[in-house]
Amino acid sequence: MSDHVAKHGDGPEVYFQYEDIDQQQESYVVGMWSFLVTEVMFFGALFLIYTLYRWKFHGTFFGAHEQLNWKMGGLNTMVLLFSSVMVAFAVHFAQKGKTNKQLVCLGVTLLCAFGFLVIKTFEYGAKFDHHLFPNHSFSYADPEHHESKSWWDEALPAALKIEKHEQEGNPKNARLFYSIYFTMTGLHGLHVIIGIIAITALMVLIKIRSPLITDYIPTELVGLYWHFVDLVWIFLYPLFYLIPR
Amino acid sequence: MSSTVIEQGTVEKPHSEKNYLNADHTLKSWLLTVDHKRIGILYLISVTFFFFIGAIAAAMIRYELTSPKGILLSSEVYNKTFSAHGIYMVFQFLVVAIPAVLGNFLIPIMIGARDMAFPRLNLLSWYMFITGGALITLSFILGGVDAGWTFYVPLSTISENQISLCLVGIFITGFSSIFTGVNFIATIHKMRAPGMTWYRLPLFIWAHYATAVVVILGTPVVAITLFLVVVERGFGFGIFSPELGGDPVLFQHLFWFYSHPAVYIMILPAFGVVSEIITCFSRRPIFGYRFIAYSSLAIAFLGFAVWGHHMFISSQSAFQGIVFSIITWVLAIPSAIKMFNWATTMYKGSVHFSTPMLYALGFMGLFLIGGLTGLHLASLDTDIHVTGTYFIVAHFHYVMVGGTILGYLGGIHFWFPKMFGRTYSEVWGRMSAMIVFVGFNLTFFPQFMVGYLGMPRRYHYYYFAPEWQIYHVLSTAGSSILGLGFLMPGIYLTYAIFKGKKAGANPWGAKGLEWENCDSPPITENFEKPIIVTGSVYDYNPEEDSKLYEDEDTGMLGGKY
Amino acid sequence: MGWGPFQYNIMPEPASEHAPYYDALFMTITGLAVFFTITVVAMIIFFAARYRRGTKVNRKNILTHHTGLELIWMGVPLVLAFLMFGWSTKNYMAVRTMPKEATEIFCIGKKWMWHFQHMNGVRENNELHVVVGKPVKITMISQDVIHALYLPEMRAQYMVVPGRYTELAFTPTKPGRYKILCAMHCGTQHSEMVGQLYVMNPSEYADWVDKGGNKYKNKPLTIQEAGAQIYSEKGCANCHTGTDNPRAPTLVGIYEKTRKFTDGTSAVADREYLREAIKMPHNRLTAGWENTMPVYGGTLTELQVLQLAEYIKTLTPGKGDFVRQDVKHSTPGSDGDSSAVDIANKGGSAGNAQFRTSEERR
Repeated sequence: MSDHVAKHGDGPEVYFQYEDIDQQQESYVVGMWSFLVTEVMFFGALFLIYTLYRWKFHGTFFGAHEQLNWKMGGLNTMVLLFSSVMVAFAVHFAQKGKTNKQLVCLGVTLLCAFGFLVIKTFEYGAKFDHHLFPNHSFSYADPEHHESKSWWDEALPAALKIEKHEQEGNPKNARLFYSIYFTMTGLHGLHVIIGIIAITALMVLIKIRSPLITDYIPTELVGLYWHFVDLVWIFLYPLFYLIPR
Repeated sequence: MSSTVIEQGTVEKPHSEKNYLNADHTLKSWLLTVDHKRIGILYLISVTFFFFIGAIAAAMIRYELTSPKGILLSSEVYNKTFSAHGIYMVFQFLVVAIPAVLGNFLIPIMIGARDMAFPRLNLLSWYMFITGGALITLSFILGGVDAGWTFYVPLSTISENQISLCLVGIFITGFSSIFTGVNFIATIHKMRAPGMTWYRLPLFIWAHYATAVVVILGTPVVAITLFLVVVERGFGFGIFSPELGGDPVLFQHLFWFYSHPAVYIMILPAFGVVSEIITCFSRRPIFGYRFIAYSSLAIAFLGFAVWGHHMFISSQSAFQGIVFSIITWVLAIPSAIKMFNWATTMYKGSVHFSTPMLYALGFMGLFLIGGLTGLHLASLDTDIHVTGTYFIVAHFHYVMVGGTILGYLGGIHFWFPKMFGRTYSEVWGRMSAMIVFVGFNLTFFPQFMVGYLGMPRRYHYYYFAPEWQIYHVLSTAGSSILGLGFLMPGIYLTYAIFKGKKAGANPWGAKGLEWENCDSPPITENFEKPIIVTGSVYDYNPEEDSKLYEDEDTGMLGGKY
Repeated sequence: MGWGPFQYNIMPEPASEHAPYYDALFMTITGLAVFFTITVVAMIIFFAARYRRGTKVNRKNILTHHTGLELIWMGVPLVLAFLMFGWSTKNYMAVRTMPKEATEIFCIGKKWMWHFQHMNGVRENNELHVVVGKPVKITMISQDVIHALYLPEMRAQYMVVPGRYTELAFTPTKPGRYKILCAMHCGTQHSEMVGQLYVMNPSEYADWVDKGGNKYKNKPLTIQEAGAQIYSEKGCANCHTGTDNPRAPTLVGIYEKTRKFTDGTSAVADREYLREAIKMPHNRLTAGWENTMPVYGGTLTELQVLQLAEYIKTLTPGKGDFVRQDVKHSTPGSDGDSSAVDIANKGGSAGNAQFRTSEERR
């Protein structure tokens, strides 16, 4: 507001509504954690839905999950875990005030995020080609579509290819499985994109020495968010890719 | 509330005439404001607008039902009308009204802060709320929604209306609520003035804290549930589709997991408002402060364990029914605690029937009936016959209209001098409070009876039972009175904003930081000097207060009667 | 109730065995509600009047908390709440426990019509005839959206959900004509999804049944006969023979027996299971067999599934009757059997029109 006095230079800025820097930093952290609680509930409902249907249609879920490429999912898991480590280092360097190292760490995180999306695109593309996207064109356990080739699959390096499994189970329930798969991974992907925007914005603001960034707290908040996004994937990966019989 | 202002004596210093209202006059200064008070006013204007849209839909429904065969509307339009009524009233008014208007305006002032923890997020919330409202309105302009505000699948997934657009609107409004809730939690946790311990907080703050907890835990669940309906409609996914082996009842579970606590999002802030009004106009400390404070939290948490009582007959197992039923019965207790404590607060008080007090007393009467008829619905057996009938309609209107809206109107009347620095006409105020009370009872009491007789809700026709007409005619007559009662404050309060008498900093003689340490209207920074709180809240003295009025009027707003 | 022109009921006619119990509980809770309302309102009015601003009364020694008092007004309502909960749960269990000896009726809800099927084959739309004094058990399923079968005079209501069976039982005690309503919003003509419940004396009812519900020229197929017909038309007997064979397990005597599945779980073969096994056979495969059965989800209507299940119930080892029957009667639901009911059935929403016009004529 009007009397918002920006104190550049020495020490972080305190916004006018706060008494001191501690109060400001604690408020931001409390706010972020409350928001993450919200996010947990947001995905929680989906995990509940997943649990109920997996329990009900276990056979089909097992059959359908064998179409998912567990190697690519695993690669994505590693990419995200690595990016989480990088974010943790970024926060660490932010606290130490080592801006350049912080930017490098954030940059690597950003690359990982894009890498994740690229790998995901390969997976989604193959699913579309195999008629596994759960809309009206969905086709499962139908030899004609099952044999269809996909550029997205062919283009993979040999190490990432999985052997082709028979499509087993009830096609309708399989469509349910893929509905949940696309909803949950899609929403997770959306969170990754939001994370990319947040990290990019943070890097730009740090780079141009914006008065908005005066301490490590913005990095910490983005980091918390990014850890949450990783955590969701840590649950998604075994639940979708590694269903035991 | 006892509090010291650093540098004694500055209170008397003539202050500048600047306040948050006249700090800047441009439209831009309003639309880009990060001042919590201005955002509160923006919310006030927008929720009033949405309320009147919902009210017009309600009037159409009531008019249509005076004849067993319908009068004006086709069944299709009728269904869209009641859906509009439900959607606007629930998502764009009731959930938002008290927290976003009064909560936004008062929370920082009451805890001695200069603003919310995240002022920009606060403004973003308002813009999301408006965007959500605009999308919902657009969906009704483009063809409407006929699935009711509950959006039960598969009806909402196979209906050919603008449901997706409407749901996206509700989704955005939901995130607006979440951001407001996050803001409240951070503010109440971290922004309290020195000395403002948890047990010195006004009960209004406790109630809003409990509300914020419910908002951040519940709203995301309904958001994702409604989102799943959107993907089901838009992309052909089928998570709830019975065709694919999905379970439509699962939708109801997820929906009510939020929408039952949503009732507490609506009513808890009203509890907070009423606690403030009752103590102020009884001029005595509230009875059982800690019990009232903790009952709010108990309601917030227990409220998450009772959603199944909406679904006793929806094919959930008898065991589930029993568990949800008993928790619901237990949940009646915290509300009873509040009721008894408020009533006892008047004992040995110095009671004054000003407009806010009349609203608060009306609230107590109506919420009592609303809450106690909830027992018929908490009980497994009696629920069977009356669920899905007008009995339930009457019940939740007693709670939501009789509770939330009366609490909201009481709060608006109570803090009006603080918000605008002017006073309204007490005569008109008291008259409107009484008209609302009478009109309300006449509207909704007959609905209890017709519901017990078996009239299902959301029915357009009842030609098979013309004997029900009398109840509907009575109800419609009452709704005209109620409509008048709601219109009156709209008019005289608007008049008072511009032409009302100037109010002093504390026209009611009330306690609390917002009255004692803050001008009317407050300055942009709320307080001239930093606050240190030293004493407990609500240290009224009824004996001294009453003596003031034994002989003559002291010029305090409201006077002796 | 009332006098002269002021004759208004305050409760729907109690016409089932459960209704008096229901009303007693309802009135007790109402009594409690009235008692608490009056108590609190009296407190409010008394305090407000006595301690109104300016009155000369004792205001010394204000109480701001009193744990004993709080415990009393927490404890007393809590005890009452538990008592009421116990009573109502007892009632609920009584009414939700399905009677063993009951007239079985099947109900299919669809937009916007109630379709009832009696065991003897009589079908009704938006009408239901039952006999007085005998428990009725209705098994319900919806074809499209969620409905709720609501019989106010019977104090009975339950949702009709697509994809699973729900049950509703009541015992009518008074002959007469009562309302059948849909209490769950189900779309445009929700308020016209209403019908009539006729409770008849045993002699009248016997007569009515005998005439095939006054609707058919010929005696209709019973539900089992219709099921048998579908069984042979769909060629179920090609695989499901009298004994287990490599292609398929036998269906003889499986009803209410425990079935073991390939994933190691097991379940009782009730109607719900049979429906799933017909419509989504992949879902739970009986241990020892391959996944070879075609999916009948799209080909069989809910009514046909019900009929088939009823037929499978009759297959006992002693009666293992797997020879293809010569079909004498016409196929249920085909044009050969064009009674008024079936025509209305096809019309979909034509359902309630007959009542509407008769009301308007009056």
